[in-house]
Amino acid sequence: MTQERPESRTGIHGWGAYVPRWRLPMEEIARVWGWPPHQYKGLNVKEKSVDSPDEDSTTMAIEAGYNALLRAKVDPSEIKAVFFGSESKPYAVKPSATIVAEALGITPVTMASDLEFACRAGSEGLRASIGLVSSGMMKYAMAIGSDTAQAEPGDVLEFTASSGAVAFIVGPREGAAAVFEATYTYVTDTPDFWRRALKPYPRHGEGFTGEPAYFHHIMSSVKNLLEETGYKPSDFKYAVFHQPNGKFPVRVGKRLGFTMEQIEPGLVTPFIGNTYNASALLGLARVLDRADPGDLILVAPFGSGAGSDTYILRVTEAVKEKQGLAPRFDDYLARRKTIDYALYTRYRKILTMLPRG
Amino acid sequence: MTRSLPVWWRRRIPRYRLIGARCKECGKIHYPPRTSCPYCGSNSLEEVQLPRRGILESYSVIYSVPGDNRLNAPIIVGLVNINGVRIVAELTDVLPGELSTGLEVEAVVRKISETSDTGIITYGVKFRPVLGAGSGAGQDTGEA
Ligand SMILES: [Zn+2]
Repeated sequence: MTQERPESRTGIHGWGAYVPRWRLPMEEIARVWGWPPHQYKGLNVKEKSVDSPDEDSTTMAIEAGYNALLRAKVDPSEIKAVFFGSESKPYAVKPSATIVAEALGITPVTMASDLEFACRAGSEGLRASIGLVSSGMMKYAMAIGSDTAQAEPGDVLEFTASSGAVAFIVGPREGAAAVFEATYTYVTDTPDFWRRALKPYPRHGEGFTGEPAYFHHIMSSVKNLLEETGYKPSDFKYAVFHQPNGKFPVRVGKRLGFTMEQIEPGLVTPFIGNTYNASALLGLARVLDRADPGDLILVAPFGSGAGSDTYILRVTEAVKEKQGLAPRFDDYLARRKTIDYALYTRYRKILTMLPRG
Repeated sequence: MTRSLPVWWRRRIPRYRLIGARCKECGKIHYPPRTSCPYCGSNSLEEVQLPRRGILESYSVIYSVPGDNRLNAPIIVGLVNINGVRIVAELTDVLPGELSTGLEVEAVVRKISETSDTGIITYGVKFRPVLGAGSGAGQDTGEA
């Protein structure tokens, strides 16, 4: 790379994961709806995470954000932007970002907003954070991806739609655990997946979900950034892609020339399902949990509608002391407890008891 | 149970962040903060950030839960001791059979109430077993 990119003045100072405790196995979903094994075996997902009845995308974001603060070791009032990316906002109108910011002690002198772009709103928040920090408008910004993903009972989406959150604190390159060397975004209008206003469950446009959406956007974004920067797949220690299931990220990675050894450490969906806005970014959090100074990381989130970002990060010396300052992704993975479909309907409020207003 | 929106709003920050009150007269700390010290009655109080980890001293399980909170049943109310400050709060992410006094717990922010699908959602501190300690890690029995 010859000219300095603005993003290279910024890096990740803190990262934080959150995964709820409960797990619903694929076999249990198949048992209830009569799906044959071939319907879900190919997804390469064992079970999916399910939130407790007292959780939502806001509470999960608070815990992920708290973990990011523990690692960043910055005064919360120094954070001047909070971006909350989600497609499962508790309120259609009333920002979750202000609740998260208030709970974490970031308020009142801060930007705060909720972003929507299917599964890549959290990543858009990350790009916006990089812009705000690299321009000198602020020293630190927080980007969050959090979802309690909806799926209509009996729809194939129900196998993978799960819950989780991830948060990053972006700041100057000095002191960062990983520095952004380059970023790229590629979007088009694509009808692969949507949820209309006031509707509880999303729809997917059959024929659009794979090649024209996921593969086209991720491959375009990754290839173009590799071309711009001159990096080749073998330069990277880790490669993380959006994970709607356990099979697409492996397929897209291999098509781009990456190996299983590079892809596997950031692959979280096989254990917890698709956490939507947290998906690829939770993979990044897991990779940072174990990364060594000098490692080069490629991350490519994707959102339906559709678009993909690619980030190239170089891990610094600061990563090692930060890794142990907060629970790691694998700590949340380890507190798993399986539930059956009946409890799932209660925890997810598919079994409704609240008075309808 | 009626909930007053202004009262909840005024108390939100201590309940989001586990901020207690220290009495400037007797030095004792209480949570949630009141307008006067529950030990000596003094009105001279200052805010203090409590540590998030404590010990479960006692608990009570409410199996028969009325009305709009039933989806959260059973509700477990714990008495948590944080460095001598005793806090009564709900426990979460834990099943009654996994509880024991002396369990190390940590504060998290969860939904406290949600009275209908049109009203305000209130959030506040609850406690759960600390990650990796007694919350079922590595001892999954496959039932819940
Ligand atoms: Zn007193």
